[in-house]
Amino acid sequence: MTAVFLTFIFVLAIFLGFEVISKVPSTLHTPLMSGSNAISGITLIGALASMQLSHHGFATVLGTLAVILATVNVVGGYAVTDRMLAMFKKKDKGGAQ
Amino acid sequence: MNFGQIEINFVYVLSAALFVFGLKMLSSPATARRGNLISALGMLIAIVVTLLAQGLDYRWILIGMVIGGLMGMTGAYLVKMTAMPEMVALFNGFGGLASLLLAWSEYHQNPGMAPVIVIIAAISVFIGGVTFTGSMVAFGKLSGRLPQKAIVFSGQHLINAGILLAVFGAGALFYLTSTSLLGYLFLVLLILIALGFGVTSTIPIGGADMPVVISLLNSYSGLAACAAGFVVSNNILIVAGALVGASGIILTQIMCKAMNRSLANVLFSGFGSGVVKQSGDGGPQGEVKPASAEDVYYILEAADSVAFVPGYGLAVAQAQHVVKELGDLLEANGSEVVYAIHPVAGRMPGHMNVLLAEANVSYDQLVEMDDINPRMDAIDVCVVIGANDVVNPAAVFEENSPIYGMPIIETYRAKTVIVLKRSMSPGFAGIENALFFRENTRMYFGDAKASIQALVAEFKGGS
Repeated sequence: MTAVFLTFIFVLAIFLGFEVISKVPSTLHTPLMSGSNAISGITLIGALASMQLSHHGFATVLGTLAVILATVNVVGGYAVTDRMLAMFKKKDKGGAQ
Repeated sequence: MNFGQIEINFVYVLSAALFVFGLKMLSSPATARRGNLISALGMLIAIVVTLLAQGLDYRWILIGMVIGGLMGMTGAYLVKMTAMPEMVALFNGFGGLASLLLAWSEYHQNPGMAPVIVIIAAISVFIGGVTFTGSMVAFGKLSGRLPQKAIVFSGQHLINAGILLAVFGAGALFYLTSTSLLGYLFLVLLILIALGFGVTSTIPIGGADMPVVISLLNSYSGLAACAAGFVVSNNILIVAGALVGASGIILTQIMCKAMNRSLANVLFSGFGSGVVKQSGDGGPQGEVKPASAEDVYYILEAADSVAFVPGYGLAVAQAQHVVKELGDLLEANGSEVVYAIHPVAGRMPGHMNVLLAEANVSYDQLVEMDDINPRMDAIDVCVVIGANDVVNPAAVFEENSPIYGMPIIETYRAKTVIVLKRSMSPGFAGIENALFFRENTRMYFGDAKASIQALVAEFKGGS
């Protein structure tokens, strides 16, 4: 039953994603990609939850690697997106600054 | 499910809402930065609440997060804006690999998972693996570590079809034997095949098609997270993964449409592999009219409206800052200046906009193709910098041209077109550009950056 419930969520989220993202102007497509990259680092949540004390050895190795990679995505993705978006400014007309 | 987990899941709903709000605020450059921070806040909340669960191994978590955080920060603050496509490709790959590892680790801990979940675990490692190696190849091509050209050889489709068949085979065997040691071996085999398929399916795609490929890999990285979410039954992974998946699919569609090609054509045709197709009537007619810096200066000096049309050549020459300087001088001289940007200019969607924003160009001067074309007849001068196929009138006039039907920035309709170019060599598509031979076109040969600097010097000396 859980699988059905999760599939529901999945399908609805896809539709929501289409609606929201089709409104993003092409000017912002690069930040959209790096920002969605950061969001796809959500795997981190699953990886964190899988790091149970009761697990040992190889499972810990796999989990730790997943945590590292997903954290790179989350931290790097949000940071670089912020850096890019900070550059998008509107200037007063006529002023060369 | 104990009380703690229910609470955690409720907080995930909040995170999901923040992600959606954040993406919604990306619809305008004015609110985009705040949107990104809201999305990051959603992520932070999700991370913190996940760490509140009982029985977690904090030691390894801390080590992993510190290493990953440092790597991410270093990358994010050191990367040059021109290298953004490589960076995004690299991050896509990491996301894919993380999802692969998560699904693998879940199976390692609990091989007796439900049959449905076994299938999804197989899908998860497959998408994750393809995303990882595919992104690494894209990264290699974009950063020049691998040849940019499409690598095609005979029987390539056959080999790829064979690999795909092997994927289904290994997946099916894994499903049938998932609880035994043999099943574990099939999973490892499946991972190896997926990693191989990522390489073989990406190498036949040429440099100019990279915007499509990174968009698609972006989508895959989301779908991989989604599949991993099914494996560990975590709804926030599914929601966030689906959002990213949808985003990548939309971008892929936009890129394909802007190139007037189907996704299948991009993925399988090896476009730009050096096969120069002949146009029916023996190529463009007319005479090339070269211009010197002084000639171009006089044309620009007299113009009321100027549209810069940047392409990948601008990024290669790192010319965005001098272009902005020239733009400012033109504005001071009384011209109206805009920057007209084709959707596939550059190596990833929106890349040119970021480079011009970096050079302090105001975002209301960045104009999309569909906004500039209707008023192109009223533009005095178009300055094409390092763009080629996206301004080729063959797309409009020559029915047997390979790019016929592709939407272009119709610079040929402007009163005068100045094309900055190193030489007369054709663009990535390997097609002669009739624009260079037109009556109203002047060719201004040389390195883009040096050429613009010469114009800036003319303006400073002349006025």
